[in-house]
Amino acid sequence: MTPSPGSGQTRTIAVVTAGLSQPSSTRLLADRLAAAADRALRLHDEQVRVEVVDLRELAHALTDNLLTGFPSGDLADAIELVRRADALVAVTPIFNASYSGLFKTFVDVLGNGALEGKPVLLGATAGTARHSLALEFALRPLFAHLKARVVPTAVFAASEDFASAGDTGSLSARVERAGRELADAVRGTPASAPVDPFANPTPFEDLLRG
Amino acid sequence: MQFGIFTVGDVTPDPTTGTTVSEHQRIKDTVAIARKAEEVGLDVFATGEHHNPPFVPSAPTTTLAYIAAQTTSLLLSTATTLITTTDPVRIAEDYATLQHLSDGRVDLMMGRGNTGPVYPWFGKDIRDGIPLAIENYHLLRRLWREDVVDWEGTYRTPLQGFTATPRPLDGVPPFVWHGSIRSPEIAEQAAYYGDGFFANHIFWPASHTRQMVGLYRRRFEHYGHGSADQAIVGLGGQVFMRKNSQDAVREFRPYFDNAPVYGHGPSLEDFTSQTPLTVGSPQQVVERTLGFREYAGDYQRQLFLMDHAGLPVKTVLEQLDILGEEVVPVLRREFAALRPAHVPDAPTHASLVAATKQEVSA
Repeated sequence: MTPSPGSGQTRTIAVVTAGLSQPSSTRLLADRLAAAADRALRLHDEQVRVEVVDLRELAHALTDNLLTGFPSGDLADAIELVRRADALVAVTPIFNASYSGLFKTFVDVLGNGALEGKPVLLGATAGTARHSLALEFALRPLFAHLKARVVPTAVFAASEDFASAGDTGSLSARVERAGRELADAVRGTPASAPVDPFANPTPFEDLLRG
Repeated sequence: MQFGIFTVGDVTPDPTTGTTVSEHQRIKDTVAIARKAEEVGLDVFATGEHHNPPFVPSAPTTTLAYIAAQTTSLLLSTATTLITTTDPVRIAEDYATLQHLSDGRVDLMMGRGNTGPVYPWFGKDIRDGIPLAIENYHLLRRLWREDVVDWEGTYRTPLQGFTATPRPLDGVPPFVWHGSIRSPEIAEQAAYYGDGFFANHIFWPASHTRQMVGLYRRRFEHYGHGSADQAIVGLGGQVFMRKNSQDAVREFRPYFDNAPVYGHGPSLEDFTSQTPLTVGSPQQVVERTLGFREYAGDYQRQLFLMDHAGLPVKTVLEQLDILGEEVVPVLRREFAALRPAHVPDAPTHASLVAATKQEVSA
């Protein structure tokens, strides 16, 4: 395949990480996935901006949002960042065989249509590899429900992965492959422009006709 | 500019004493609060409509008619009337009757309710919320404006040669506001008819109100009712005041911390900075309220929520004294001085009757 020239626009990759400890292996995986996608896009002359949302810092604001119905300050900015991004890297620790509550809360306050058609790369971390399929039976259905375009490779990293050698099937190889898949999905998608219902309301004559 | 209060009619335990008033007491208190509003010089009293505990105002025209009989100048309104689940024929007749009883001291605010199950309770489907609001209101307008109506729609049985009775007072229907927190369709509806738009405003950030009001104003102009700055806008507000602002914060905090809607969430300090809630001195309330026009434009109606979250009625009446004596007179003066001459007042029965006469003679 002949590489097509870059789009000429800066592509934004939003990185959402739900790791709780500091330093966090979830954040580490998120950074590596974003860097792989960044590299793959730059190979095709795309300008890339990576923006990280660390949910730990928004934990209180997320609970407030559940109770008040609106996002405040930094959380509002984070939601807007994700809505406008050309792609999303979403990484969560696996707790009790699924995504963490903090991760799901953020997804729950994103608002309707926020991820529709958006290229998404999923990642997860846990203490042992026995949790790896949670990506496929918990995260992937969630993002399918949200009508996101999830790339085929989702990357799971157990503690032991961070020490393995760089052979085929290693964490590094999986990260590179997933990054390429996300880059390809972004290149196949027009630059993101979220719909603003306040800018273009449905004319009332149309509403009246039902 | 009109100033008034709106009530949700919640029966909430007072978190400082653990006591809960009876429904009977809450309904009587609501009447006392409305009478107080007139006594301290406010213009409008508006009641919510809810069909689920812990709320009491399920029969707004009954309560408003009772208040009408005990007041002389207070304008009676709703916040909101459920246009989705109430038969428009009932709304047309109930509120026309209230117009006659109160000598025209009535307007309404249309809304869609606070809870999903209210739809099935009245035989409707929540998924039809917006289409119901649109079809029902369109029929309501015709019932008030046409003596004999033939009508067929999706959500109620057809009408053939139907006359809603009594006819509106002086042949002029009550002015209508449309209230919405987040549906652009409702701002569009208000703009289409040239009706008023009321932004709930409380519990929400100013940026959100700016968007909704901005849309309504733009579309009001688009539909040819006047320039965007002549559109009829109302805003909610929520305040608690004491002479010394620290006293206000100390007294209100337990009510805030345990309040329905936002309780057990953000701190009082965070919430006051994020939303129009103002807890402090009367002067702080004046300054904050004057600030609303910076993002909503010159507007016509300001309603305050004063009686929720379990505040004792004695406290609410004191708050109304402060509002009437120290806040509203200053706001009236200041808003009037800031408002350009071409921005109209909110329509009243008298102004609508005068406009109709002018049309007839023209």
